[in-house]
Amino acid sequence: MTDANRLYEVWVYLQAEPLFWLTLTVGAYLVADALYRASNMFPLLNPVAISVTLVSGCLIMFDVEYERYFNGAKFIHFLLGPATVALAIPIYLNWQIVMAERRAIITTVMLGAVFAILITFGLAHLLGLDQATIRSLLPRSVTAPIAMGISEVIGGIPSLTAIITIVTGVTGAAIGTFVLDLMRIRDLAARGFAFGLTSHGIGTARAMSRDRTAGVFAAVAMGLSGIVTALIVPLLFRLLSGGF
Amino acid sequence: MLHTIFLILLLQLGGEILQKYFSLTVPGPVIGLMLLLGLLLVSRRKTSGWVPKFRQQMVDSAETLLTYLSLLFVPIGVGVIMHLQLLDGQLLAVLSVIIVGTIATLIFTAFLFQLLRRKHDHD
Repeated sequence: MTDANRLYEVWVYLQAEPLFWLTLTVGAYLVADALYRASNMFPLLNPVAISVTLVSGCLIMFDVEYERYFNGAKFIHFLLGPATVALAIPIYLNWQIVMAERRAIITTVMLGAVFAILITFGLAHLLGLDQATIRSLLPRSVTAPIAMGISEVIGGIPSLTAIITIVTGVTGAAIGTFVLDLMRIRDLAARGFAFGLTSHGIGTARAMSRDRTAGVFAAVAMGLSGIVTALIVPLLFRLLSGGF
Repeated sequence: MLHTIFLILLLQLGGEILQKYFSLTVPGPVIGLMLLLGLLLVSRRKTSGWVPKFRQQMVDSAETLLTYLSLLFVPIGVGVIMHLQLLDGQLLAVLSVIIVGTIATLIFTAFLFQLLRRKHDHD
């Protein structure tokens, strides 16, 4: 047997096993994270976007199906649930700050969540998107597992919603700093809050990597807007589709 | 460490069960978040015995997990790239909705929150 054949056999074995895909994912993330830090956390070098580019590049280059990759990467994906539960910790540690700002928090979550849904609905209609796509777009500002659940309830396509929420998360995390600087919003709590409400976990991760206060308000906004959105999207959707 | 991991999994499991049983629109892990926050707040006054020690361990485990929050989005993010064909022909329009909507929502929430906080300060 030639060396090339042996190597090919090793590859065939490896790509059927979770180990290779897990190693690739963690490795790509470490490279992306190192780049992000080396660039002094330049927002366009968002670690999620860079790792995703690196891993997808490999999959496309070696013609590997996503399902095969996910079979290994699902162990990392699984941790999203426990990590969501763990978001109670930053909220708990800053409970006094949260209570002191409770009026601003509750009002902004309610109005912000409704605003996010209405602007999405309005823009999607304006651009003439089809019904299934509009339904899949509506819950896009909340964390993927919540958004997918909502999408299913209102008759969207959950996997399309997953795509849309991730793109929303990366977009907010990548351009949020520029947008808020341009608008001269300097209040760290307000900046964090906007990141969490607009771009869920990816925005929260970005806010946390920059500043503790911003991170806390991002986590609070993300958690609360997830709950509020889950409750109002189905209602609002019924109202909106009745009106059009 | 293992005790705190167990509690996190248990609360997520409790959340999932509540969600399915009552067919709630709020997902299981978010219910788990609320349960954990409730437990922590209820136990806040306990300052002796095993409770404060356990609470500290909980804080440490959770912070370790949250340090790598970005990594956890990579598998599903790769799915985005591999499944772009789901958006057939609507890619540009969907991207426009996302980008314009995200900028508008960022500005709206940041301004509103800043405004309400300031007003609050003057009360």
